[in-house]
Amino acid sequence: MVRIIDRRFDSKHKSTVNRQRFMRRFKQQIRKAVSEAIHGRSIRDLDNGEEVSIPARDLSEPTLHQGRGGIWEQVFSGNDQFSSGDLINRPLGGGGGSGKGKASNEGEHEDEFVFQLSREEFLDLFFEDLELPRMIRTQLARVTDYKTQRAGFTSDGVPANINIVRSMRGALGRRLALGSPYNARLRELQRELDSELARCGDDSEEVRRLRDEIGRLRAKIDRIPFIDSFDLRYNNRIKVPRPTTQAVMFCVMDVSGSMDEERKSTAKRFFMLLHLFLTRTYEHIEVVFIRHHTVAKETDEDEFFHSRESGGTVVSSALVLMRDIIRERYANGQWNIYGAQASDGDNWDNDSPICRKLLDSEILPWCQYFAYIEITSGEPQNLWREYEKLDGAHANFAMQHIESPADIYPVFRELFKKTIA
Amino acid sequence: MKRATASARKPKPLPGGSEWTFESIDRYHTEIARVAKSYGLDTYPVQVEIITAEQMMDAYASVGMPVNYHHWSFGKHFLATEKGYRRGQMGLAYEIVINSNPCIAYLMEENTLTMQGLVIAHAAYGHNSFFKGNYLFRTWTNADAIIDYLVFARHYITHCEERYGEEEVELLLDSCHALMNLGVDRYKRPPKLSLAKEKLRQEEREAYLQAQVNDLWRTLPAHDARTETRPERQRFPAEPEENLLYFIEKNAPLLEPWQREVVRIVRKVAQYFFPQRQTQVMNEGWATFWHYTLLNTLYDEGLLTDSFMLEFLQSHTNVVAQPPYNSRWYNGINPYALGFAMWRDIRRICEAPDDEDRQWFPDIAGSDWRETFDFAMRNFKDESFIAQYLSPKVMRDFRMFAILDDDREDKLKVSAIHDDAGFHRVRQMLSEQYNLGNREPNIQVWSVDLRGDRSLTLRHQRHQRRPLGESTDEVMKHIARLWGFTVRLESVDESGRRELMHEARVEKRRNSAEN
Repeated sequence: MVRIIDRRFDSKHKSTVNRQRFMRRFKQQIRKAVSEAIHGRSIRDLDNGEEVSIPARDLSEPTLHQGRGGIWEQVFSGNDQFSSGDLINRPLGGGGGSGKGKASNEGEHEDEFVFQLSREEFLDLFFEDLELPRMIRTQLARVTDYKTQRAGFTSDGVPANINIVRSMRGALGRRLALGSPYNARLRELQRELDSELARCGDDSEEVRRLRDEIGRLRAKIDRIPFIDSFDLRYNNRIKVPRPTTQAVMFCVMDVSGSMDEERKSTAKRFFMLLHLFLTRTYEHIEVVFIRHHTVAKETDEDEFFHSRESGGTVVSSALVLMRDIIRERYANGQWNIYGAQASDGDNWDNDSPICRKLLDSEILPWCQYFAYIEITSGEPQNLWREYEKLDGAHANFAMQHIESPADIYPVFRELFKKTIA
Repeated sequence: MKRATASARKPKPLPGGSEWTFESIDRYHTEIARVAKSYGLDTYPVQVEIITAEQMMDAYASVGMPVNYHHWSFGKHFLATEKGYRRGQMGLAYEIVINSNPCIAYLMEENTLTMQGLVIAHAAYGHNSFFKGNYLFRTWTNADAIIDYLVFARHYITHCEERYGEEEVELLLDSCHALMNLGVDRYKRPPKLSLAKEKLRQEEREAYLQAQVNDLWRTLPAHDARTETRPERQRFPAEPEENLLYFIEKNAPLLEPWQREVVRIVRKVAQYFFPQRQTQVMNEGWATFWHYTLLNTLYDEGLLTDSFMLEFLQSHTNVVAQPPYNSRWYNGINPYALGFAMWRDIRRICEAPDDEDRQWFPDIAGSDWRETFDFAMRNFKDESFIAQYLSPKVMRDFRMFAILDDDREDKLKVSAIHDDAGFHRVRQMLSEQYNLGNREPNIQVWSVDLRGDRSLTLRHQRHQRRPLGESTDEVMKHIARLWGFTVRLESVDESGRRELMHEARVEKRRNSAEN
C-alpha cells in the first residue's frame, strides 16, 4: 500500500536557479567580499571556494511586524528563583529577557549573512573583477613542446623507418596473389604429365611438350619479384603537442627599506594573479620566492611577505640567484619557467645595467614569460630605464608601472595584452 | 517499556543495524501502519520519497514544498541552510512532510534505519493524521490540489518572466512577499483550488478583473467637479479589509492583469501555510506523541531491538528538550517539548486522574483517551488548545513563569509563576502568546481617496502600545509599488487617538492622471 519512491537521482540542483538569482541580486556585495577575501589568502590558494559574508541588513526581507516597545507579557520556562511580584532589572543591551524570544520569532537577523561560494563562482567573480578577456588565459596555455608518437603505418617514408615485418608480409601476399594462376596451371600440367608418363613412357611428344611448358611456367613464377617497392611499409610517427604539465614561477621581490607594507601587498596580489593564471594551464606548479636587498635569498612564502629588511638594493643579486636556481633545478627542458619581479625601482646605479644583461642573455632565453612591475608613485627609477631597453627586444618580457593597488588589474591586463600582440 | 512482555512472546524482530534498504523501510512502514491503525489514526495514503541531503535543503529552502516558483529569497535560505549543514552546526530537519493527498514524507538517504523508522512514525502517521483531521487544515487547505496549484504557479511565473523579464517579476514578488503575512483571509473560506479549473479560469479572471478595476477608476474624472458639493462621501472600501494582498489584487489601479495573477499566487501560498503557523505546538506535539507511542508499542510487541530503541530515544530526547530561560540554548518555549508534554498529560488525565485534574478538567478526567485526543486534535488551534488543556502539572514541570515588560516601567515584573495563584494567568498568557492576532500587527485597509490623489490609507490598531518594527518603511515602499499611488499608514492607539506614522509617496503620473 505504501509507495516508496527513490528521488535521489532526479532533479539535482533544483535550487540552482534560486541560488543564481540570489548571486545576481547581491553581486555588488559579493564582489566586494571576494576582493577582500583575496587579501587574506596565500598566493597558491586562489583555487578554492570562498566563504563570503555580506551584511545581513542588505538582504533582509522586510515584513510588517511588531517592534520592541509597549507592553509585552511572555511566558518562560525553568523558573529557578522568581516568585510573583518580583521586580527584575532589565537585561543589559535591551536584547535579552522578554524581548528575546519574540525577536527571534519575528525573524530578526544576525549581523552578517555568511555563505560558501563554490570554486567556479569565486573564480568567475574574480576574473570578472579583473575585466580580463578570456583569450589571455588561452594565450597563457600555449605550449610549444612536441613529442612524437606512433600512428600506424604508411607507404612512404625514410629507409630508417621501414617496418620489416609489415613489408615482408605485404610482399608475401603479393607474391601469392600474382603467382596463383601460374601455380594452378602448373599443378594441372603436372597432373597431365604424370598420367602421360604412366600411359606411354618417358619419350612421347606429349611429354616433351608438357615438360617445356612446365619449364616456362616455372620461369614466369620465378620472375615475380621477391620484394617490390610498393610492398614497403614504414612506421608512421606524428608530432603531437605535449602539454607540459609543470611550471615554476619565480617571485622576485625587493625587500629593502623602501618597500613598505603597502607595496608588498600590491606585489603579493600581482603574484597571486600570475599564480592563478598558471594553475589554469599547468597541473603542477612550483613557486620559488627570492627576496633581496643587497644580497638575495630564497625563502618560504611567509618569510617572503612578512619579514622586513633594511638597507640598500642590489637587484642583480636576485637575478643571479634566479639564474643559478634555474640551471640547477629547472634546466632539463621539462619546466615552463615564469618570472615575476616586483620592485620599487630603486637600485644601486651601477647595478642596473648588469641586471639588464643578466636578463637579456641568461634568464629571458629560459623563460616563457618574465614580467617586471615597478611599484612607485614617483618618476621611473634607474632600473626601469635599463629594462626599457629590453622591452621590445624580447616578446616574452613585459614591464609595467603601478602606483597604487587599484592599478593592479588594468596593469595586469596590459602586461598580458602585450604577449598577445 | 516493559522488557518482560517482549521476551515472553518472541516474534521475529524487524531488521536492525543502521543501514536501511527499501525492503526494511517497507517492513517498518507496514508495522507502523498496523499499529497506527489499531490506535485509530485516520490518515491520507502515504507516499515515502527517498531524497539526498541536497534535495532536502532544496525542499527546505522553498518552504518545504517539492515545487515552487523561483525567487532569490529561496536561494538565500538554501545558502543559509547549506552553510549550517556543512559545518555540522545544524542537523537538517530530518523530516519534511507535505500536507497533500497522498501525504508525501521525505526520508533523507543519510539517515540511519532507526531515523527512517522514526520519521515514518512521526511524519507519515503523526503529521499526516493531524493534517487530515484538524479543522484549520480541513477548512483552509486543500490537500488534493496543492501540488497541482504550485505547478501551475511555477509555470505561470516562469511564463511571466519570459514575457516581462525576470527583474520585473522579481520586484513584484519582493513586494508581495513583504505583505505575505497580511495576505491571508482569517474568517472566509477560500474556494478550492485545482489545476484544471485554475488554468481555465485564469484568463477569464484576468479580463474580468481588469474590467472591474477599470470601471472603478474610469468614472473618476467626470465626478471630480461635483465631489466637493456632495454631502456624504462614498467610502471605499465600504468595510475595512484585513487581507492586504487580496485588496491589492482586486483594486490596485495600475497593475497589469498578469501582475494581479502573481499577487494572487503569493496570496494563495500564504493562505496555504496559514494553518501551519497556528498549530505549531499541537501539530508537532501530536506527531511527537505518536512516534513515541507507536514505536514503544512495537517495542513492547518485541519487534524492535534494544539498539533501535536506544538510538531512537536519544534522538527523541533531543527533540523534546526544553532548556531553561537562563540557558544559552534557550530560544523560547520549544513547541515539540510543550506539545509532547501536553498530549502526554492529556492521556494521563484520562487514564489516571488525580484530584487536581478532576477539579481542573472535570469533563475529560477519566474519559477514553482516544476519543478525547480525537476531539482535541480536530477542533483546536494552539491558542485555544493551550487555553483549554494546559494543566497545572505541565506548568509545574516546565516551571513556567510570566514576565511583564512595560516600557514605561524601569523594571520587569514577574506577573505570575507556576503556583495556585498563577496557573490561570500563566496559561492565559501562554495562550495569547500563540494567538496570531496578537503576534502580528493588526493592519487593515482603511480607505482609498477615490476623488483625490488615489492614495491608500492603512490603519494599524495598536495592541498593548506595541509599535511596528523597523522594517515598516521598507514595506511601505513595497505597498506603494503595488498600489501605484501614495500610501499612508495611520496608527490608532487604545484610546482611539489617530496618528500618521508612515507615508510612502508616489509622484503623480501626469499622463495617466490627466487623460
